[in-house]
Amino acid sequence: MKKFKFLALSAMTSTVMAFTAACGGGQDAGKDEGAADQKQLQGNVAMDGSSTVFPIMEAIAEEYMIEQPNVQVSVGVSGTGGGFEKFTKGETDFSNASRPIKDEEKKAAQDNGIEFEEFKVAFDGISIVVNKENDWVDHLTVEELKKMWTSGAVSGNDKVKWSDIREGWPDEEIKFFSPGHDSGTFDYFNEVILEEKPLNKTAQLSEDDNVLVQGVAGDKNAIGFFGFAYYLENKDKLKVVPIDAGNGPVEPTHETIQSGKYTPLSRPLFTYVNVKSLKEKAQVYDFAKFILENGAEFAEEVGYVALPEEQYQEQLKKLEGLK
Amino acid sequence: MEKLVDKQKVVQNMMGRIIKNNFFKFIFFLSTLFGLIVLVVLLYRIFTQAIGWLDADFLQNFPSRRPERAGIKAGLVGSLWLMVIVAPVSLILGVGTAIYLEEYAKKNRFTDFIQTNISNLAGVPSIVFGLLGLTIFVRELGLGRSVLAAGLTMSLLVLPVIVVAAQEAIRAVPNQLREASYGMGATKWQTIYRIVLPAAIPGILTGSILALSRAIGETAPLVVLGIPTFIAYLPNGILDTFTVMPMQIYNWTGRPQEEFQHVAAAGIVVLLVVLIFMNSIAVFIRNKFQKRY
Repeated sequence: MKKFKFLALSAMTSTVMAFTAACGGGQDAGKDEGAADQKQLQGNVAMDGSSTVFPIMEAIAEEYMIEQPNVQVSVGVSGTGGGFEKFTKGETDFSNASRPIKDEEKKAAQDNGIEFEEFKVAFDGISIVVNKENDWVDHLTVEELKKMWTSGAVSGNDKVKWSDIREGWPDEEIKFFSPGHDSGTFDYFNEVILEEKPLNKTAQLSEDDNVLVQGVAGDKNAIGFFGFAYYLENKDKLKVVPIDAGNGPVEPTHETIQSGKYTPLSRPLFTYVNVKSLKEKAQVYDFAKFILENGAEFAEEVGYVALPEEQYQEQLKKLEGLK
Repeated sequence: MEKLVDKQKVVQNMMGRIIKNNFFKFIFFLSTLFGLIVLVVLLYRIFTQAIGWLDADFLQNFPSRRPERAGIKAGLVGSLWLMVIVAPVSLILGVGTAIYLEEYAKKNRFTDFIQTNISNLAGVPSIVFGLLGLTIFVRELGLGRSVLAAGLTMSLLVLPVIVVAAQEAIRAVPNQLREASYGMGATKWQTIYRIVLPAAIPGILTGSILALSRAIGETAPLVVLGIPTFIAYLPNGILDTFTVMPMQIYNWTGRPQEEFQHVAAAGIVVLLVVLIFMNSIAVFIRNKFQKRY
């Protein structure tokens, strides 16, 4: 219902588009009709940044170029940090990020005279998962998470046993699986759970989340974390752990992530836009508008969680104010 | 009469050697087999995964969020564009350097120094070349994320391998041939052009094809340059942005949906076919020039 209401609120063209897309077949015909009313733009839109945000932007760019075939949108995957490095030099129009911009990145932008604006595109819920056969973990508190993942938190030893975390749990060593240090997912986990303390040294790191899925699915004593989309795709192989941040255990679901009830591991995904490009290039403005109008639908399609619809509306207003 | 040959002793001694011989034969056979088995398993996995996904649509479609609509067109065309730059630039510079070092340069400390550095460069991680390319070609020369910038970066990456291979090939040309040529009154350049190069071409090509194969399969330096992954248009010239096959494949293997693993496998098959095609051209040229001295 929410989705439908949002569609009704959206601009005429996007309503036609999204509605026909929801119906499945014959969507291209509908899109062409919608596009016919619009001014045809041309030029380039350069986007780079987080690999987490990439699937959403790929979907948006793909649909946008059906509507505006003369606009050439390119989306890179340099990672959140790598994206900002280029963005703050004015080399890209958009920079996708799975964490907010850091102070030193802001400063770099300032030094180069780059003005930017932040937009939220969707939510992701970092999901803590254990093996299917793990029948003892019913939930974990944030404190327990901190205790097991932080290096040396249990008697100065990185070999943590389940029994060290809660009484009655088996006397077996926990196997940790974590995304690599370059990923925004790790950055976020580092910030809210580890609080910048070093990660347990026995953890196996991988930049490829599919490797983490395999690792946790293959070891009874394993625990790992990664984006919600990877959990959704591998639901049958893994068991998700509800997280208790003081208000009772909450499982990551579409609703709890969107409402913010799944805390502290639900995080917003951003795109940053160069204000100068926005003002000078009509196609950049149009693409930014397209992101906010259709972000909800495409985020859901690729496995993320849409923002509440008011937030898209608010951001659209903010965008109009920038023109 | 005393026996000159003690048969028993001969058998005893020979047995040891024969056993040793068979043992090593077995070891070498095993090492060959090991590589072959790994290759077969790899190919089997890739082909079984790619079946049903590799079709004409896959070659004609741009990347997409929907696995069934995703295609490698942008990557395939981009990789070929990249080769348009890398092949001539790295071959001309590489073979030129090799000719200078082998035929013209005097052997002294300075050339030794260059020689050592070229060999060392071959072992520098590719990502370092990416950083170099980002600073020089993308930023200083203002080429942006273009085919030209990426092509020059890749050329630098594969240059050392080509230089070393070409040097080896030139060195392997028997000196008598050069002497004979000079004896007939040919100049140095005539000798190089007519005698040395034709004789060295098979060796040069073998090294070059290995180097170019590396260039077409590399991802890391291009990621550093900021070459985009999603592109739904083709480059019109060497100053346009583009994407390459390995970047597409890398992106697909990291996706959560299992279908994308099949798309990735199909991409790998296309990359393999392009590689085999390139290699066979080289083998063809090599056979044409092959002469034994």
